[in-house]
Amino acid sequence: MSLFEIPLGPQHPALKEPIRFIFKLDGEIVVGAEPRLGYVHRGVEKLAETRTFIQDVYLAERICGICSAAHTTCFVQAVEELLGIEPPPRAKYIRLIVFELNRIQSHLLWLGILAYEMGFDTLFMYIWRDRERVLDVLEMITGNRVLYAINQIGGVRHDIDDKIAAYMRKALSYLRERTKYYKGIVERDPTINARAVEVGILKKRDAIALCAVGPTTRGSGVKFDIRADDPYAALDEVPFNVVVYDTEDVMARTLVRIDEILESISMIEYALDHMPSGDIRVRVPRVVPAGEAVSRVEAPRGELVYYVRSAGGEKPERVKVRTPTLANIPALCKMLEGAYVADIPVIVASIDPCLACMDRAIFVDVSKEKVWVWSERELRRYSLRWYRSREGVRRR
Amino acid sequence: MSVIKELLKNLFTKPITLKYPQERKPPAERFRGRVYVDYDKCIGCGLCARDCPASAIEMVVIEPEKGIRGRRPLIDLSRCIFCGQCELSCPRKAIKFIHEYELATSDKKSLLLIPPKPKGSQKP
Repeated sequence: MSLFEIPLGPQHPALKEPIRFIFKLDGEIVVGAEPRLGYVHRGVEKLAETRTFIQDVYLAERICGICSAAHTTCFVQAVEELLGIEPPPRAKYIRLIVFELNRIQSHLLWLGILAYEMGFDTLFMYIWRDRERVLDVLEMITGNRVLYAINQIGGVRHDIDDKIAAYMRKALSYLRERTKYYKGIVERDPTINARAVEVGILKKRDAIALCAVGPTTRGSGVKFDIRADDPYAALDEVPFNVVVYDTEDVMARTLVRIDEILESISMIEYALDHMPSGDIRVRVPRVVPAGEAVSRVEAPRGELVYYVRSAGGEKPERVKVRTPTLANIPALCKMLEGAYVADIPVIVASIDPCLACMDRAIFVDVSKEKVWVWSERELRRYSLRWYRSREGVRRR
Repeated sequence: MSVIKELLKNLFTKPITLKYPQERKPPAERFRGRVYVDYDKCIGCGLCARDCPASAIEMVVIEPEKGIRGRRPLIDLSRCIFCGQCELSCPRKAIKFIHEYELATSDKKSLLLIPPKPKGSQKP
């Protein structure tokens, strides 16, 4: 049988790194996936060199809207290392709380999108309704639903007072109940089981060899979490468990993220109880001494790395960012090998590359010299139809 | 089957969404909306313009006889990213972010916050 080639992409409006795939198909089965990156190179790293360190905090925040707390924490930590200063202990706790709230909202957003890709719109709506509670808490602490602007060089901008803490505790206990309920649905629901169990397999040795990060690698049984391996902010004082599942499929990655939400809720509650009092910010000089620093954090999607070099001025000489989605692309290609075309949306969504990955897919049937274009919606519809017509095939 | 139970329960509850122009959710206390400048407090130091990441602030001279102290910030809200750095940088707390968030307009000039002419100035 001749192989079909499906180019996919490159226009993905919601993805921070739009990507084009060429899938080689043998009938319904993907035998090879070839990625191509770099379609929205924005020149952020070069732009950072032309701005002062204070302005770069806001630039870093805008690299990703969903994990903006991760980007600023990482950048600010690198600059603080260059300056040789330590933020006050209370600031570290507030950083941790905002960071984990950010993780909760990112994982809930992702869970909703996964449900949507599976055609389970009811669950998608309920999850996104509950996500609003986290965003309300974040708005109360920082003043914004996204782009919090709370991390400053030398500390944080806003304090968490008793009123906010009380509201937060209420919202968190509500979220814990809801997350447990969603976990029950994900584990038991036949639709989700049919679409997620044994789909998108990433073997443990492949996850290690391809340097996958974040929930993608923890779903393959690799215990790798920057929060535990290289603690930052107040993480060395807050206890938590690294969530690992070893079934290596989309289901494992889903359960890792759901359990991480529950872990994050416990972490925030612990941090609220044990937060030291004191200042939240120290004054820092504008001129950063020459030197270089590397900072790593565990963003919702995985390990995020910042490298900052200063030549001794107000502006950095070099800023390098390695985002987790980039690290997961080789692993994604491995997962797609051997999968059905109808599973492509779910597998691509399972590494959490933001959303709208399937926009403007061009399908080429090489043997018939036929080219057609499918939008994300059509590909999703095709995948739903495909599953409906084969109902029961993969159900166990 | 638990989703169906949830579905039936939600048939009898109020929608979670608001009918926006009629119902408005009040923004949080720390919400950053339109920029408000107290030009009397301003000393014209220019730190806000220096720190603005979006180059939305330009210092304009309104009292040339006072030299550097006669400058006031001209803020272009169409460039503003509402990060709040100017509020932090200001040594006299002359800049505040107020709760007004409906800034859409068809007249771009209305988004310019132009400093007022000083009282008793000679210029028209």
